[in-house]
Amino acid sequence: MASVTKVFVPSDTTARSVGADGVAAAISAEAERRGRQIELIRNGSRGLYWLEPLVEVEVDGVRKAYGPVRPADVESLFEAGFLDGRRDHPSALGDTESIPYLAKQDRLTFARVGLIDPLSIEDYRAHGGFRGLENAVKLSGREIVDIVTESGLRGRGGAAFPTGIKWNTVLNTEAARKYVVCNADEGDSGTFADRMIMESDPYVLIEGMTIAGLAVGATQGYVYIRFEYPQAIRTMREAIERATAAGYLGDRVLGSDRAFHLEVREAAGAYICGEETSLLESLEGKRGIIRFRPPLPAVKGLFGAPTIVNNVISLATVPIILDKGAAFYKDFGTGRSRGTLTVQLAGNVKQGGLVEIAFGHSLRELLYDFGGGTATGRPIRAVQAGGPLGAYVHPSKFDTALDYEAFAQFGAMIGHGGLVVFDDTVDLGQQARFAMEFCAIESCGKCTPCRIGAVRGVEVIDRILAGENEAANLALLRELCDTMVVGSLCALGGMAPFPVMSILDHFPEDLRARKEERRAVGEVA
Amino acid sequence: MKGEFATTDEAAIRALAEARKQEPGALLPILHAIQDELGYVPEAAVPIVADVLNLSRAEVHGVVSFYHLFRTAPPGRHTLYLCRAEACQSMGARALEAYVRDKLNVDFHETTADGRFSLEPVYCLGNCACSPAVMIDETVHGRVTPERLDELLS
Ligand SMILES: Cc1cc2nc3c(=O)[nH]c(=O)nc-3n(C[C@H](O)[C@H](O)[C@H](O)COP(=O)(O)O)c2cc1C
Ligand code: SF4
Ligand code: FES
Repeated sequence: MASVTKVFVPSDTTARSVGADGVAAAISAEAERRGRQIELIRNGSRGLYWLEPLVEVEVDGVRKAYGPVRPADVESLFEAGFLDGRRDHPSALGDTESIPYLAKQDRLTFARVGLIDPLSIEDYRAHGGFRGLENAVKLSGREIVDIVTESGLRGRGGAAFPTGIKWNTVLNTEAARKYVVCNADEGDSGTFADRMIMESDPYVLIEGMTIAGLAVGATQGYVYIRFEYPQAIRTMREAIERATAAGYLGDRVLGSDRAFHLEVREAAGAYICGEETSLLESLEGKRGIIRFRPPLPAVKGLFGAPTIVNNVISLATVPIILDKGAAFYKDFGTGRSRGTLTVQLAGNVKQGGLVEIAFGHSLRELLYDFGGGTATGRPIRAVQAGGPLGAYVHPSKFDTALDYEAFAQFGAMIGHGGLVVFDDTVDLGQQARFAMEFCAIESCGKCTPCRIGAVRGVEVIDRILAGENEAANLALLRELCDTMVVGSLCALGGMAPFPVMSILDHFPEDLRARKEERRAVGEVA
Repeated sequence: MKGEFATTDEAAIRALAEARKQEPGALLPILHAIQDELGYVPEAAVPIVADVLNLSRAEVHGVVSFYHLFRTAPPGRHTLYLCRAEACQSMGARALEAYVRDKLNVDFHETTADGRFSLEPVYCLGNCACSPAVMIDETVHGRVTPERLDELLS
C-alpha cells in the first residue's frame, strides 16, 4: 500500500515568480509530517499561467491538477485527499489533460513541456525524445534539408522566412567550417515561448540544433541567451553537459562519425542583438551593430563562415518533423502558414499563458475562448501583436485568422506570436510615445533615421499630447514615421513606427491633446 | 589600502581574461566574468583586457559602453530590475515604476543612499503572463503590486 505518489510542482521562472518554490517546500514538509511517501518532481510549466502554481498528482497513471496553490493551501489539500486524486478542494481542476485550455491545443513543439522533468534524459527519451535525431543521423545533409523544406516550416523569430531555404543556402556554400546559432535573445514584450522551451524541455532544442548541424555540416553551435533569463542559461548549460556525457553531442553524435559541439553564450542586455547580424557581431565579441546585407549570414556569418541563425522555436520544432515526417507537420495550418503557432497570451488577460495551436484560428478565439478577456474584467481596447515593433490591433480586426499573410494585409504582424492585451483604460498616446522611446533607447546607432528619428518622435508626440500645434505636429509625426520606415537599415527603426501609425490610424482619439480629460479630472483649469 | 585592493583587482581581472582569451569571441565572456566577480567592470579593466586580447582600449571601451548590462561603477548590494515593457505596462508597471522611484528615492541606473539597491530598467523578463514583473538579483517575481514590492524590499 505504501506506494510512492508522484507529485509535480513546476519550476519554470513564471511558476516560481508566483510562489512555486514555497509550495514545493510546503508539500515536502507536510508529506514528511504525515509519513506519506511522495516523489516530488519539479517539472516545467504547462503554460496555464493563471493557474500557477499548478500542482499535479499522478494517480493510476493519470495526472490530476490543482491550482493555483498557495503554501497556505497545502495542509487542506492533504486533508482533502489530493494525494489520492480526490476533488473535494476548491483548487481541484480534474484531469490535467482534460482542462479545455490544454485539451484544445495542438502541442507538437511543446508536446513535452510541463510533462517531464526538464533535465532528465530518460524522461525525455520516454516521451519520444531523440527519435528525430536518430532518424537524422541515418540521412544525408541534403535529405534532412529537403524534409525541413517540405514541412513548410517558417522561422518563428519574426520574419517567417522558410527555414529549409535558409538551410539549403548554408548546405550549398562550400566552407571548411560552418555554424549553427540559436537566437534565444527573445527580446519582444509578450513573448516567453523560447524561455519555456529552454527551461522546460532543453533537450528538444539541443536535438533540433544537432539535426541542423548534421543537415549543413556544421560542427559547432552557439545558443545566445539574454541575460534576463538566468534560469534558462543555467538549465541549458546543464543540459548540454549531460547530453554531451550521454553521447548526443560531441565528436561522435550517437556513435556516428559526425561531430557537433554546443555552447551557451550570455547576452548583455541589448534588444538589437536579437537581430541576426547584430547577434553575430555580439558573438564575435563586438558591439552589436547591424551588418549590411549581402552577404547573408547563411553565406558569410559567424567569423565569416556560413551560419544558420534560427529562433529557439524554429529549431525546437525540427525534431518532431524529423520524427513524424514533413507531411505530418504540414497537415496542420492554413495557406502558406504551415504547422503550429506558439501564441503567447500576455498582459491584461484573464487566462494568460502559452497556446500552441495550428495556424488559422481567429484572434477572437484566442483572446476570448482561451484568454477569457481581460484580467480586470473591462473591455479589450487593443492588442499589440508581434512585440514592440508590432501594430496595436483594433477590435474590428479580431476576426482575422492567425496566418502570416492575413495579418500582413492590414499592416500587422504575427512575429514571434506574442499578444499583449490592453483594457479600455489604456492611454494609447502614451503607448505610441513608448514605442519611439524604446527605439531611441535600443537603437544601435548605425543610421540616422532610427538614431535621431526616434528621439524626435518622442518630442513630437509630447507636443501633440500637450496640445501644441496639433495638426502640424500630427502631419510631422506621419512624415517622420515614413522617413524611418523607408530610411532605416533594419527593422528596429524600420518598424518602430508601426505601432505609432496603427494608433494614428485606428485610435486617433488618443493622439490628441489630453486637455479635456485632464480638465475632467481637475488636472488643468 | 586602496592601492592594495586595486592591485588585487588588477591581478584578478588579468587572470579572468587570460583564462578565456582562447575562446572565439572572448571579449563578452570576459566582461561577464569580470562583472560576475567584481559586480561591475572598472575603468581599470579596460587596458588590461585590451592588452590580453590584443585590442585597442577604444574597442574594449566601445563594447563595455554599448551593452546595457555592463556598469562601470560598483552597484548596490542588490539589483532591482523593473520591467518597463508593454505587457507589464498593461498591468500597471508605470504606476509601479513611479512607486519604486519614490520609495527608494532613486532614478533608474542609480543606487540607494544606504547602498542596498540599484534600480535598473529591463524590457521584458519573459514573465508577461504574470505581469507586472520585477527581478531582484536573479529571482523573478510576478503579479507585483506596491504592497508585494514593499515585502520584497524589506
Ligand atoms: C530589432 C530586431 C530584434 C529581433 N529580435 C529577435 C529575437 O529576440 N529572437 C529571434 O529569434 N529573432 C529576432 N529577430 C529576428 C532575427 O533577426 C532573425 O530573423 C531570426 O532570428 C531568424 O530565425 P528564424 O528564421 O528561425 O525566425 C529580431 C529582428 C530584429 C530586426
Ligand atoms: S535602424 Fe536603428 S537599430 Fe537598425 S541599423 Fe539603423 S540605427 Fe541600427
Ligand atoms: S513585458 Fe514585463 S515581463 Fe514581459
